[in-house]
Amino acid sequence: MSYFIARRLAGFLLTLWAVSVVVFAVMNVLPGDPALTILGIDSTEEARAALRARLGLDQPVVLRYLDWVAGALRGDFGTSFSFGVPVSGLIGERLPLTFSLALSGMVVTVILALVLGITAAARHGRPGDWGIMLLSQMGIAIPAFWLSMLLVLLFAVRLRWLPPGGFPGWGDPIAALRSLVLPTAALALVQSAVLARVTRSAALEVMRLDFVRTARASGFGSRHVLWRHVLPNALVPIVTIVGLQFAGLVTGTIVIENVFYLPGLGRLLFQSIANRDLITVQALVMLFATLVVTANFLVDIAYVIIDPRLRGARG
Amino acid sequence: MSFTRFTGTGLAGAFALAVAFGATAASAETSVSIGFQQEPTTLDPTSDATAAIDGIITHNVLESLTVVNEAGEVLPALAESWTISEDGLTYRFNLAQDVTFHDGTTFDAEDVKFSFDRALAEDSENPTKGIFNPVESVTVIDPHTVEMVLRNKDAFFLFNIARGDASIVAPESVDQLKTAPIGTGAYRFDSWTRGDRLTLVKNPDFRDADNVEMDRVVIRFISDPAAASAALLSGELDAFPGFPAPEMLPQFEADPRFTVTVGSTEGEVILAMNNAKAPFDNVEVRRAVSHAIDRAAIIDGAMYGRATPIGSFYPPHGAAYVDLLDAYPHDPDKARAMFEQAGIASSTMTIRVPPFPYATRSGEIIQAQLTAAGIDAKVENVEWGFWLDEIYKKQNYDMTIIAHTSPNDMGNFARGKSYFYGFEDPEFTELWNAISTETDPDTRNDLLRQGQRYLTENAIHGFLFQLPRLGVYDARLRGYWTASPVLYEPRASMSWAE
Repeated sequence: MSYFIARRLAGFLLTLWAVSVVVFAVMNVLPGDPALTILGIDSTEEARAALRARLGLDQPVVLRYLDWVAGALRGDFGTSFSFGVPVSGLIGERLPLTFSLALSGMVVTVILALVLGITAAARHGRPGDWGIMLLSQMGIAIPAFWLSMLLVLLFAVRLRWLPPGGFPGWGDPIAALRSLVLPTAALALVQSAVLARVTRSAALEVMRLDFVRTARASGFGSRHVLWRHVLPNALVPIVTIVGLQFAGLVTGTIVIENVFYLPGLGRLLFQSIANRDLITVQALVMLFATLVVTANFLVDIAYVIIDPRLRGARG
Repeated sequence: MSFTRFTGTGLAGAFALAVAFGATAASAETSVSIGFQQEPTTLDPTSDATAAIDGIITHNVLESLTVVNEAGEVLPALAESWTISEDGLTYRFNLAQDVTFHDGTTFDAEDVKFSFDRALAEDSENPTKGIFNPVESVTVIDPHTVEMVLRNKDAFFLFNIARGDASIVAPESVDQLKTAPIGTGAYRFDSWTRGDRLTLVKNPDFRDADNVEMDRVVIRFISDPAAASAALLSGELDAFPGFPAPEMLPQFEADPRFTVTVGSTEGEVILAMNNAKAPFDNVEVRRAVSHAIDRAAIIDGAMYGRATPIGSFYPPHGAAYVDLLDAYPHDPDKARAMFEQAGIASSTMTIRVPPFPYATRSGEIIQAQLTAAGIDAKVENVEWGFWLDEIYKKQNYDMTIIAHTSPNDMGNFARGKSYFYGFEDPEFTELWNAISTETDPDTRNDLLRQGQRYLTENAIHGFLFQLPRLGVYDARLRGYWTASPVLYEPRASMSWAE
């Protein structure tokens, strides 16, 4: 087990290092001058040179990269080119929102998908199954941003039950929760559509196995059999998809944050790329990469917990 | 399975109930919430060209010596009055008295000198350092009088020093301009939740505080047009002065809760041609392009009919405007013949388009119009950072579509070959020098008319339309600007109707 974790950890660090090199290289190759973006097209070359010098952009790329890595290892992610404040502060003030959104999106996705998927499997071939599959097919086909707009039109503009966007901060928990309902729904409805289908087919697969028939024959109720016997044995493919979807959820929040004008990390990333704020982009991409790699790491660990047979195999 | 179903709907129901009955914030009578599409990254107009900084901060939090009103006239601000010497080179400003900055420090002539010296300094990062170039010296005469001596006459000096780039700041608080600006304006900076909102509150010590109605101005940052529209319809927002989507205006016009405004701006939208590059170094080719363009179709298709066509590089509401719309009537056959004569029929031209709705939409229509005139036209959508680097800086383009939003910017054509137009003509440069130093308005307007005719005759670019300023406002709101002669707008005049 410890060898397994050590190996995964090495892979984890190697991935992050590769990401940092690629992002730094790409942002430097990309056309665009931060000084020109900030000072605009009426600026003089003299003023732009002064700004570049202050931002350290007149230094060679390799030197800047090493500087950045040295800082990052000490926990100092530098000062944003365009915002002029520490990057860690920028990320810190936006992390709670994106984290809340991704978490609520994930929780609702999993609950919705398990309930729908197991229900469909239990009613295999009957109208309930068809109905759920039809809905999930629609969920897969509908883009999240379009669903968001429909939700806003109905619940914010027509019914006025919920705000159309924005985030008041956790200082007012009720208002904060209210503003997360529609974005969470938009994220979860689309994400759960895929997961529900996977859950259904995984459950159907397990339901054909002998031990399920045995459990039924032993007199357990169908509900008990489904949730206690079928679901746990169908979890491996479900967890795999959840792990993959986590990456999708992180990128999904970028779209959702723009549609619902939420001050999260996705919008910060968007704005930083447009502003050629290299140092902020670098930190954000590293953060996203860390999250995704961590999620995959956790999925690997989860396999071992769910399926004891893998313990021997992976050591 | 009934249990499963119950759990699902029960959970969702309980969640919905828990959150649906929270309080909805009603906008108080002395507060206004205004939507902006663009969010600035800093709040300092003296070191960042982002237009939204001026829209929020300039002449609200920070003030300049002069201010320009909606009609484009220069009025006193921190300078109560001024005198100009006979030769037009010495300006003496009499400053407003008993003015304090928001942090309590006193405003006086030293602050004016400090602000100008800072912009003029060698390591200055001022985004329009050019407007300060004529200034030779700034001298404090007494705490309430400042004298500035210019190197050469500058007809636009008083207009230019009203800009946010020339904001008067204090040495005590200059370091916090980027994040929490301290000025002398009607509003104090209160708070900024990046990505969400920025709040200004009334400055009770403002010299004209009795006439400031709104106690609180909240700026909300909403970049997506559909989201902006939903925010207005649901009452989250009271105003959206630079509404980004003309196609969404009809629903607001049909709704009595809203007022829709279509005002003028200083933004000339042009189909810029790289004059330094073949075939656009040939005036006949540029004229052929001008014949190939159908402005009416572009305005209908790209702006849903809400823009005024231009035939040269000067705003139609300006005093010196000449109507040159008929110089190159739309005529694809004539354009085709001219392209053939120039030996470039069916050659390829690429329009590199920046990511602004007016530009991307115009690009597709112009592509079709050039194709109709026998040109193999291509559109390449590029991102803003790319545009600045490749087109603006490196002049690596055939054609592009861009709005020039600065006032008095005909001087762009006198910026020489290194400017992205790739255009230089000593005759025009001389004309522009005469315009910018002529202080008599009538003579200057005559020269400006000459300038417009010159640019049209030589078809330097395709001149398309004046960018409109589209606004959506709560019908009860008063005191906002319809037109946008400058990048800023003082909010002190806003109020709610009784």
